[in-house]
Amino acid sequence: MNTIRQIAAVLLGIIFLATLFAGAFAPAPYAKQFRESPNASPSRMHLLGTDELGRDLFSRLLYGSRVSLLLAPAAALLATSIAALVGGLAGYAGGWLERIAMAGTDLSMSLPWLFLLLTVRAVLPLNVPPAASLLITFALLGLFGWAASARVICAGARSLRNSDFVLQAKACGCPSLRVLARHVLPNLRPALFAQLLISIPVFILTEANLGILGLGVSEPLPSWGGLLRGLENWGAVQANPWRLAPLLLLLIVVSCFQLILPREDFAA
Amino acid sequence: MRRLTLALIAASILLSGVLPAKSQSGGELHFVLRAEPKTFDPMLVDEEASETIRFLTGGVLIRVNRKTQALEPELAASWKVSQRGKKISFHLRDGLSFSDGTPFSAEDVAFTMRKLLDPNLHSPTGDSFRSSEGSVRVAAPSARDVIIEFPAPVAGLERLFDQVAIVSSRSPKKETAVLGPFTVAEYKSGAYVLLKRNPYYWKKDAHGQRLPYLDSIRLDIQQNRDLELLRFKRGEIQLINNLDASYFENLAKEEPAAVRDIGPSLDAEHMWFNQVPAAPIPDFKKKWFRSANFRLAVSEAISREDLCRVVFSGHARPAVGPVSPANLFWFNRSLQPHPHAPQEALRRLQQDGFRFDGHVLRDGEGHAVEFSIVTNAGNKSREQMAAMIQQDLEQIGIRLNIVTLDFPSLIERISRTFDYELCLLGFVNVDLDPNGQMNVWLSSSSNHQWNPEQKSPATPWEAEIDRLMQAQASTPDQNQRKRSFDQVQKIVWDQQPFIYLVNKNALAAISPALANTSPVVLRPQTFWNVESLYFSNQGRGVGQ
Repeated sequence: MNTIRQIAAVLLGIIFLATLFAGAFAPAPYAKQFRESPNASPSRMHLLGTDELGRDLFSRLLYGSRVSLLLAPAAALLATSIAALVGGLAGYAGGWLERIAMAGTDLSMSLPWLFLLLTVRAVLPLNVPPAASLLITFALLGLFGWAASARVICAGARSLRNSDFVLQAKACGCPSLRVLARHVLPNLRPALFAQLLISIPVFILTEANLGILGLGVSEPLPSWGGLLRGLENWGAVQANPWRLAPLLLLLIVVSCFQLILPREDFAA
Repeated sequence: MRRLTLALIAASILLSGVLPAKSQSGGELHFVLRAEPKTFDPMLVDEEASETIRFLTGGVLIRVNRKTQALEPELAASWKVSQRGKKISFHLRDGLSFSDGTPFSAEDVAFTMRKLLDPNLHSPTGDSFRSSEGSVRVAAPSARDVIIEFPAPVAGLERLFDQVAIVSSRSPKKETAVLGPFTVAEYKSGAYVLLKRNPYYWKKDAHGQRLPYLDSIRLDIQQNRDLELLRFKRGEIQLINNLDASYFENLAKEEPAAVRDIGPSLDAEHMWFNQVPAAPIPDFKKKWFRSANFRLAVSEAISREDLCRVVFSGHARPAVGPVSPANLFWFNRSLQPHPHAPQEALRRLQQDGFRFDGHVLRDGEGHAVEFSIVTNAGNKSREQMAAMIQQDLEQIGIRLNIVTLDFPSLIERISRTFDYELCLLGFVNVDLDPNGQMNVWLSSSSNHQWNPEQKSPATPWEAEIDRLMQAQASTPDQNQRKRSFDQVQKIVWDQQPFIYLVNKNALAAISPALANTSPVVLRPQTFWNVESLYFSNQGRGVGQ
């Protein structure tokens, strides 16, 4: 089992490095349109062929992976931090604070976030450069994606609240904040880590879904969501099966993230 | 005598190739309605699905021939427009009956027109006849004559009757008593509409056989276009109207005999700059957008040929203006699409005080030229066009940000808050006559998109368009109307309030099993001659 985890970690590392140094590997700028050769098959010039506008698919895949792989963990970190704050405090404090926090979490989980994201995107200023639109998209995902994790963290903190070592620390006169910081949070670390790793592929897929709806990262910046939209043209996919490369890479990355999770962390 | 015999033999051979033998008639044609029909009442039709039912079932006095675009007599044997377009007199055909057997007479036409023009009915078809205040007088002096008098001239009056399906004044079941080739036999909400052959339909073929040839038509209600294509490939449906270029290409590879590129359609893709004085955008940008030189420069910087070739796989033509070349009479043939000329665009911009340093274009006050283009999310061809326009404008130093919005948000911005800079959308044109575009070109109109609902025209050229549109609407002389509307097209070409990009081609799929098809660009593209369609013995089809 450890070997599989190691292979997954190495594979993720290679993919991360390749996307981080995309400029060194990409044969063409990701936005350049080779209009004489749209939907071209793989060639020496275009390793994975070109998209409908004649843009080099390999370059777009490298840059798109960078966008998705760097910003999805950032969004996951933001969401997990919010979840730790809300869930940890609610679970540890208990009583009315827990009830209010969990009611807020339930409300948050029941809202149609996709429509809310569409609405928020609609009220944002229009003259936002692609890079800023990218940051906004992932920041929104992070800000809205904390609720499920907060429930898990809250449950963990609640079980710790009445544990022997916490009761003993309280009996010794240890202040509440110190108990939370020194005894509760360290014991929640495996759950937080698991939630962080679970959130990354979730955010990658959410961005991909937004991209399929045409509402993710704006043109000409590539992302996995935007690249997956190319699969809508099944005729072009049949002519050039290498257009499935973004889907394959997405599957590999999501699988790797799942594989590197320790089983005991899932249990947490 | 010998010549005559040979001519008769040749004619009979020719006709035998065009007309079906009796054994070949019959069968059920299948195709798809992409939405639920909202009504079966021909007077209340205001969307495509109901329009399809009305076309297949309704009998009209005058029909626009979808191929020649000329008017042809249908239920009316002849007609005459007089008093400069205020009065129209019809002389009806004799011996016709509704599908339930009740006879057709002038009383039915008078009943239909009175009902249609009743303001309380709010009929979209009736609205197009209302040119001014006042009542319409309808009289039926004999069983075969009808006279209709309007309070003011109605431009293109006779063409409007193409949309008026005559209903029976006497039949107890008015919805099913029709004068068209088919009648509604069955309707299952959300599933299908079944039309059966009208046994009393008046048209006959050259052999004297009563039309239509088909026994029935089944219209399956289905929104998903992928499924529609799949069902066509399986032979479950025989027609697809308005195919997308990508679907067309996909199908062309598998069934080249089934796809038809009919040429430029009436529809156009276009974009426009926001010129609303109160719009919440910076004043220096408003100054750019109000400059005709700026708009022309942007227009010339765009390669329309590339848009047609790359986005629409060659199934589109560079657009000239508000009228497509497919509109045979009204298109101004002296105009050409604006060429792709980035250098000329830069020269125009320099005239307005802009400077290009090789990377960035700046205005006279030093502002970098950057604006956003909004379009509706999920429309792939528009998103691709926006990406190509982005690269074209980059060549002259303009930075374009692409924003895709869900449709309600987009409409909110372009029609209420006016919080946008450049908008890319499409123009679906169903009316050949320029009167159908009055609400776009009059400066007081709410659909005058770049600067709607003006109290008085903001510019001299908008005042001139107002004058010309009013002039063409107030005369029945077609040539005079054409001259006025040609000038409107020229002003729009010069001023570019709408930057027209492409006219998409009308693309269709027709099963090789279906004979006598003759697809055209006007709606309904593939079944405009439905009474003459039949299944051939060759090929496949569920109809046989």
